[in-house]
Amino acid sequence: MSEGEAKTVASDERASFSWISALRDAGFLALFTLGLSFPILAFRTRQDLWHGLVLDPRWDLVATVVAIAFFGRLSWLVVGGRVSRNVQSFATQVGEVLAPLQNYKGTFRLVGLIWLIAYPFLAVLIAGPGGALKWIDNFGIQILIYVMLGWGLNIVVGLAGLLDLGYVAFYAVGAYSTALLSTYFGLSFWICLPLAGIFAAFWGILLGFPVLRLRGDYLAIVTLAFGEIIRLVLINWVELTNGAAGISGIPRPTFFGLPFNASDEGFAAFFGLEFTPLHRLFFLFYLILALALLTNWVTIRLRRLPIGRAWEALREDDIACRSLGIDTVTTKLTAFSIGAMFGGIAGAFFAARLGFISPKSFEFMESAVILSIVVLGGMGSQVGVAIAAVAMIGGTELLRELGWLKSIFGAGFDPTQYRMLLFGMAMVGMMVWRPRGLISKREPSLVLHEKRAIGGDLVKEGQG
Amino acid sequence: MGQAAMNTGVGPALEPILRVEHLTMRFGGLLAVNDLSFDVARGQITALIGPNGAGKTTVFNCITGFYKPTSGRVALMSGGPQSDPAIAALTDSPGRSQRVGRGGVYLLERMADSEIAAQAKVARTFQNIRLFTGMTVLENLIVAQHNWLNHASGYSVLGLVGAKSFREAEAKAVEIAVAWLDCIGLKGRADDPAGALPYGDQRRLEIVRAMCTGPVLLCLDEPAAGLNPRESAELNELLLSIRDGNGTSLLLIEHDMSVVMEISDHIVVLEYGKKISDGTPDYIKNDPKVIAAYLGVEDEEVDEAEAEIEG
Repeated sequence: MSEGEAKTVASDERASFSWISALRDAGFLALFTLGLSFPILAFRTRQDLWHGLVLDPRWDLVATVVAIAFFGRLSWLVVGGRVSRNVQSFATQVGEVLAPLQNYKGTFRLVGLIWLIAYPFLAVLIAGPGGALKWIDNFGIQILIYVMLGWGLNIVVGLAGLLDLGYVAFYAVGAYSTALLSTYFGLSFWICLPLAGIFAAFWGILLGFPVLRLRGDYLAIVTLAFGEIIRLVLINWVELTNGAAGISGIPRPTFFGLPFNASDEGFAAFFGLEFTPLHRLFFLFYLILALALLTNWVTIRLRRLPIGRAWEALREDDIACRSLGIDTVTTKLTAFSIGAMFGGIAGAFFAARLGFISPKSFEFMESAVILSIVVLGGMGSQVGVAIAAVAMIGGTELLRELGWLKSIFGAGFDPTQYRMLLFGMAMVGMMVWRPRGLISKREPSLVLHEKRAIGGDLVKEGQG
Repeated sequence: MGQAAMNTGVGPALEPILRVEHLTMRFGGLLAVNDLSFDVARGQITALIGPNGAGKTTVFNCITGFYKPTSGRVALMSGGPQSDPAIAALTDSPGRSQRVGRGGVYLLERMADSEIAAQAKVARTFQNIRLFTGMTVLENLIVAQHNWLNHASGYSVLGLVGAKSFREAEAKAVEIAVAWLDCIGLKGRADDPAGALPYGDQRRLEIVRAMCTGPVLLCLDEPAAGLNPRESAELNELLLSIRDGNGTSLLLIEHDMSVVMEISDHIVVLEYGKKISDGTPDYIKNDPKVIAAYLGVEDEEVDEAEAEIEG
């Protein structure tokens, strides 16, 4: 664009901006906020000594909120357009800069893998043995569990286009089968791990049969209900699952039979090392890393097999699939059960890692978090899901580190309470700037001449 | 009116691959297809024409299993001529298909859509193109070969470990796909997303995608809709090459008379869910009933008809 043109655009912008309409707009929002905050914020209810209901008016709070809405909206109208455009163009630029990196994928994969393998050692090196516990456990292992869950759900939602709001049910099936098998029958973690995957896959098929006739919203609602049913059964079947109190004393995973403890038969003694709790964390970190990479490897392989292409074709157009003789029920069931299997394996790891599980870990919120990771990452994109998991789970873990904010906002301020706000903001930001997720391009599974990524606008999200 | 009297203009030597008998499809109070019977000749192009709303697509959906007909029989005879007693015996049994020699008899009204495509080998295209727009042209043609490829991948087990037999099968599938792409001149665009192709190319890609399933009968729902004259001519060429080169029988719904009259061997005309004429293009062109259905009838005939109803 030449300079003259740029000037015209700028002056046009100034001309189109009118203070009166901006004030009207902001005033309307302020009025709207007043209407909204009146029933929620204006009165706080409490019980007095005689158990009577007392309403404490909080008009100052309402006034503050309305003022924030008014001036916030006004300042957004004044400068927001520019900010939004800048962010938009920045996001596009980032996308463009990242796009040619596709060519160096092999290098990136190698560097990423080396970094992941070196991560626990780096943590110890930088934060010291005591400080590293948190970095390996809260950041490393916790994030990798969600990466694995995200990749597992990505098969169902991203590839096959089946909206599953109850994925956590399979996570629960895996965790509880490990907990029950190891506490009731004394099976070792290494036997429970594949069994948990098989059980979860079995439950995936069992759930799949009745619900896969449904599409879109109906499928989503029924999977949501299934997730809740599993959780309620776990709470109420007290004889088997110990109800809401959960199951404790789940044996910790061993290193091929060597427990991670200070005893003479322990891992440390066997290898002649000094005992430290870091050994177990290192082991858990590499274990979940291996499991997550296995999920990734299997998904990438399956995508290039007929079954994976059938999943994506199903997401694109299930009627066309049927006209080509693809059995859509079997295809959906395989997606459901393989996704469930990885969820189950992650659940087994979760149970063995903590040694304690309760139905509280498998609430709907978990399903929502995993689904938002998949959606945020870009449905079907393995890298996008991993980045989203790091950002979302790492971000919420980082909130714990913000204790110093108490000195600003007062002792009652708890940054971890704002976890969901972070998720909400990420979702809104995504809707505005990258509506198809961080990585919206689809890579073809088969190439004749030259590999070219397919723009997200052509790729369908699936209807059920 | 008898069946024989209708079949004017079609030689007696014609041997059917698909026999539709007394097909009726009712949606609540609406009778979309009413006691329709016709044959699709083996190795020929049969066109199904009629004014809008005549029930052509409903017939298609019944044949390809997307609708379950209210009553009637839709028998596919693949491989070669099948005897009437064999079809009757299968109809009386609870079975859906019976293998005879290299081919077999399939009662399509008893089968589901994907089974019809996979077992009876009846492929179809859609009025509104249904390509996998986010997948490449090549991927579209590979997905069409899903069933035998999935089998070759050992239901993913052999494929997962990268077995040689699967790699060879996949190379074969790509070879088939590329041959078809060559046929419609899209080989150079094999790695482009199907949704990015021009409309006419999408139409032809959908047809060759259906051909990649290896069908004995190909059903095309308005393949020339929205094509310009040059693209229509290319389509004619493609359909004739499918008929002659692959020995596939074709059944097509079409409004474009330049396509219908030029390539059809046999035409069936529907109006209000009933067959009003059946014969060669020349016969159909001159059939007064067809002319009346397409151009409307003279005033005096309307008067006659009203008199008939009142009387």
